[in-house]
Amino acid sequence: MRNNTFYNEILTDHNLHPAHKHDLPDANFELEGVNPSCGDDIVLKLRVEGDKIVDGAYVGDGCAISQASADMMLDLIIGRSKEEATHLAEVFLRMIKGKITEEEKDELEEAGVLEDISHMPARVKCAVLGWRTMNEIFDDPEKAQKKVDKPVSSEGEICHL
Amino acid sequence: MSEEAIQVMMTDEQRQLDDAAIRADFPLLNDEVAYLDNAATTQKPQSVIDAVNNYYETSNANPLRGLYELSVKATEIYEEARAAVADFINAKRTEEIVFTRNATESLNLVGYTWAQDNLKPGDEILISILEHHSNMLPWQQAAKRTGATLRYLECDKTGKITEEMFRAAMTPQTKLVAMTQVSNVIGRTNDIKTFAKIAHEYGAVFVADGAQSVPHMAVDVQDLDVDFLAFSGHKMLSPMGIGVLYGKYEILDKMSPFLFGGEMIEYVTREGATYAEVPHKFEAGTVNAGGAAGLHAAINYVKSIGFDKITERETHLTAYAMEKLKEYPYVHILGSTNPAEHHGIITFLVDGVHPHDIAAILDEFKVCVRAGHHCAQPLLAYLGTRSTARASFAFYNTEAEVDRLVDAVKALRKEMGYEE
Repeated sequence: MRNNTFYNEILTDHNLHPAHKHDLPDANFELEGVNPSCGDDIVLKLRVEGDKIVDGAYVGDGCAISQASADMMLDLIIGRSKEEATHLAEVFLRMIKGKITEEEKDELEEAGVLEDISHMPARVKCAVLGWRTMNEIFDDPEKAQKKVDKPVSSEGEICHL
Repeated sequence: MSEEAIQVMMTDEQRQLDDAAIRADFPLLNDEVAYLDNAATTQKPQSVIDAVNNYYETSNANPLRGLYELSVKATEIYEEARAAVADFINAKRTEEIVFTRNATESLNLVGYTWAQDNLKPGDEILISILEHHSNMLPWQQAAKRTGATLRYLECDKTGKITEEMFRAAMTPQTKLVAMTQVSNVIGRTNDIKTFAKIAHEYGAVFVADGAQSVPHMAVDVQDLDVDFLAFSGHKMLSPMGIGVLYGKYEILDKMSPFLFGGEMIEYVTREGATYAEVPHKFEAGTVNAGGAAGLHAAINYVKSIGFDKITERETHLTAYAMEKLKEYPYVHILGSTNPAEHHGIITFLVDGVHPHDIAAILDEFKVCVRAGHHCAQPLLAYLGTRSTARASFAFYNTEAEVDRLVDAVKALRKEMGYEE
């Protein structure tokens, strides 16, 4: 007998073949998000023009859930307004707490496959890492903006991992 | 009898019969789930559970203070457990056994008392890079409080520390050495007896962390000649919440108390107090007599199995697992290539699969392993990784459980979307 898996194809595909895991030289917001207890470590990079997220990427390493979740998030938010992205983050975080309607889940598109993480308390922090980091950027844009002048993590340190 | 001789003598059939008999003693064990996280905590035999129940059902009162029969009985059970521990690790005197909550508390006790009383700026504390955080942070803190310097002794890449490496790290300023007997990450044994002897040549005290050794091998504190030894009950079949600090009587006797309050005093006035004798001066507040009764039963159980047999089974399972895992080129086992040097601990990496994903997928196959930094972040950083997966065996595990582990590891990469 096996327990049910939450490592479905969508998740493993985003982990093995991420669309947005690369550097973004013209990013104007950049922030590192870390889960110290498990070593998930990403740097989220966004290019925001006016109110719109025109491009985004991440680098770093961590478990499949943290990496795939960040990739799915970027699929969703690139091309959206900050307000829309913040709304999706709110819906996503609520999904992870197990409090979401089917309609709301549809809004999250592929990221909806992470719904079952709500039954795995130890992995919640992995799933929310990208979203939490994005929220932090918009909550305190100055902090994230400053890091562009002085990147916390050189590419050499983070990208090759 | 040597390990090899026992291994040769035991046929597969005998081993299976043995497995079944031992497993029947553990109510939680079953064929559904392979519990391979024994370095974190072990399961408990019925005799231990019964001993705890029996204490609360027939003998419970506040030990060490009551003047009525029930309290006397509770005191006897508690003190008999202390005598059993003293005998188990061959302490010279029963008073050399201090009950604590766990190895962490035992090590903190030394860090707060002996270190505080004896260390000053310029002195050095030497610990190895192999240490669990519980044998690292108390010394970081002691160094901060006393102004002493904390120094790290590094191992080679297989986890070995030689006598030469140890000697080279000692200086006339070294006042305290703290080192684990068996690494919780790679299972390797440090030659505590030799290192303690060298430490004593320099006039340093030697603190051994026995959390991963005492459950798996005969540990004789007089033979090792360590000044302190810390271990947890729960890693050797006992309930959680009972642990041991062994200390040489002459040293304990001179040490300041750790926690202050009831049970640890002789006279108290408004201005001050005089403290109880060793070991009670280190056991403030109501003690864990039920836990001590459980630890006593656990020691009896371990003795009934015997360390020869425990070592034989754990080494056999480790060798069996290492042999099978070797077939997969994407699996990398940390530490020695000799199974006998692992003490039932196999810490491994799988190419392209994060250890947390390894543990989660193994859980889907109902195999329990630990993943993460194993409370030894500096060691993992030294070995060049952030986290690993760890399977750790106890004598009650079986070849069938190892097969399940291997099958699940084999399925890992496919589950994660790799071709093979």
